[in-house]
Amino acid sequence: MSAQAETILSSEKVTVDFDGFKAVNEMDFELKRGELRFLIGPNGAGKTTMLDCLCGKVRPSKGRILFRGKVELTSLSEHRIARLGIGRKFQAPSVFLDLTVEENLELAMHRDKSVRYLLRVRRQDRQRIDERLEMIGLADKRHVRAGVLSHGEKQWLEIGMILMLEPDVVLLDEPVAGMSDEETMKTGELLRRIAGDRSIVVVEHDMEFVRQFASKVTVMHEGRLLKEGTMEEIQRDKRVAEVYLGGRRENHAACSTA
Amino acid sequence: MRISEKLSMNSRWRLIAYLALAAVLLAAPLYLSDFRLSLLAKFLAYAILAVGLDLIWGYTGILSLGQGVFFGIGAYCMAMYLKLEATGGKLPDFMQWSGVTSLPWWWQPFHYMWVAVLLAVLLPMLLAALLGWFTFRNRIKGVYFTILTQALVIIMTTLLIGQQGYTGGTNGITNFSTVLGNPISEPGTRLSLYFITLFALIGVFLLCRWLVTSRFGQVLRAIRDGENRVRFLGYDPAAYKIFVFSVSAGIAGMAGMLAVYHVGIIAPSMIGIVPSIEMALWVAIGGRGTLIGAVIGALALNWGKSLFSEAYPDMWPYFMGLMLILVVVLLPRGIVGLADSLRKLAVRRRKHGERAGGNLPVIRESDG
Repeated sequence: MSAQAETILSSEKVTVDFDGFKAVNEMDFELKRGELRFLIGPNGAGKTTMLDCLCGKVRPSKGRILFRGKVELTSLSEHRIARLGIGRKFQAPSVFLDLTVEENLELAMHRDKSVRYLLRVRRQDRQRIDERLEMIGLADKRHVRAGVLSHGEKQWLEIGMILMLEPDVVLLDEPVAGMSDEETMKTGELLRRIAGDRSIVVVEHDMEFVRQFASKVTVMHEGRLLKEGTMEEIQRDKRVAEVYLGGRRENHAACSTA
Repeated sequence: MRISEKLSMNSRWRLIAYLALAAVLLAAPLYLSDFRLSLLAKFLAYAILAVGLDLIWGYTGILSLGQGVFFGIGAYCMAMYLKLEATGGKLPDFMQWSGVTSLPWWWQPFHYMWVAVLLAVLLPMLLAALLGWFTFRNRIKGVYFTILTQALVIIMTTLLIGQQGYTGGTNGITNFSTVLGNPISEPGTRLSLYFITLFALIGVFLLCRWLVTSRFGQVLRAIRDGENRVRFLGYDPAAYKIFVFSVSAGIAGMAGMLAVYHVGIIAPSMIGIVPSIEMALWVAIGGRGTLIGAVIGALALNWGKSLFSEAYPDMWPYFMGLMLILVVVLLPRGIVGLADSLRKLAVRRRKHGERAGGNLPVIRESDG
């Protein structure tokens, strides 16, 4: 696994200043190819804002974000970043409710997303759609309108759409929030499967989920990097425990018991 | 299986409706007086504009209350040509009255019909692309964009009225005599112009239908329903919006160009704030997001307006206001939406009937 060493995405001293409030403060972050990384931290730690920076939704006031060590992302617009191969899934499912499952995937799939290309293209690559449908477990619902899917299915569909971009990096914001235990497990398995050849960053609150699927965890607090390491290292860390103790007791308990 | 059956039912129903409407319009010269035919031709030109407006409003979610500007540019282009043909290339009457002594340079190209036709479509497209470039790329959308389009209308009408010597001011441009040598008020010419307008409508309709059923149209609807998601899938919504807004403006310009033939005059009052809002009403009442709805809305409202105004000249604005409220509250999908709901209701009734009496052999027999 020599590819493991390649850094796919990195940030240097990224700062986001919302009128004096530093949502993200000199954050350093490094993601390797094929990694499944969890980003945790108490409410308001700046996790979602950090994801927003990585996908171009929020422009940092300071710092650099490098893709594959050479492309500077902070000056690019969202659609260019997406075309480079960074897919973003937002917390609330945002699929196109009036389109069918298949059409949703199709929309994400086109290699060229210019007006000119979309005016000409007719045929689609069925095979890729079939593969993805299989992967996200919606093969038997391909002609169903996305609006009638369950919450969990919508989340999977959106993950499927992002995979259609053939991204190198997938950014997910609380993908299992609101899911049943069974759905959560399925999602975890899905993430593991995706992570083989792509890098994934997951912002998550569900500690049980993190413990089960995380290999490496990054803890943020008040916009800064607090601790990075394996789940065991994180759980043993005193500062992490303090941060969570200051916030919510159950979280701390959950952290220290396992 | 059932889905595809339903789809083919749907499209067959739709095709029949389209063909029926086309037949009614094609046969109109047979049963309408010259006066009514001329009116209908004018409404067909408006319907062209409505289809273009539906393309951006119904399918892309951009409400432009400035279509009057694009309509106006198209109309003025054609009016300038007609005026020069009427004066035999000499200085138009209103210029003489305002003390303009020679034809301004930018009037010169309008000696030629083909230039007028080309510019009537291209100038609105260019203006829309320019406005779109500055707004959509800066993520100005929704009501803010709509207000900007209204501002554009005010600028346009103010400019037209202020430059009386070059534009005819409040009176506009009128007193045309011939089109390519054919007397404009002669029944034969009127009939040709009617058919030209009808075929233009059919052409624009087919073009827009192709656009909205293509993958491109899918992206438009996706932009309408979730612009952010589309952006993070790698599309640049601004490029799509600029393109479709420009197409819609070109269509409005073509509508204006054709309307001049049938109205015989173009003046600022025909393209101002109120007419621009009325254009949006055609689409809203006909049914947003269905191209045929836009056509039906434009025809029905204008027909209603002319009948109603003949009987009660002052009541029309109240009536239209009332209709708008009724449509917004009761029929958010307009006339076409209502027809669709009624049809579905009928289908459901029939199915219920079948299920209730399904075991009776008598009914089976009558079915076969």
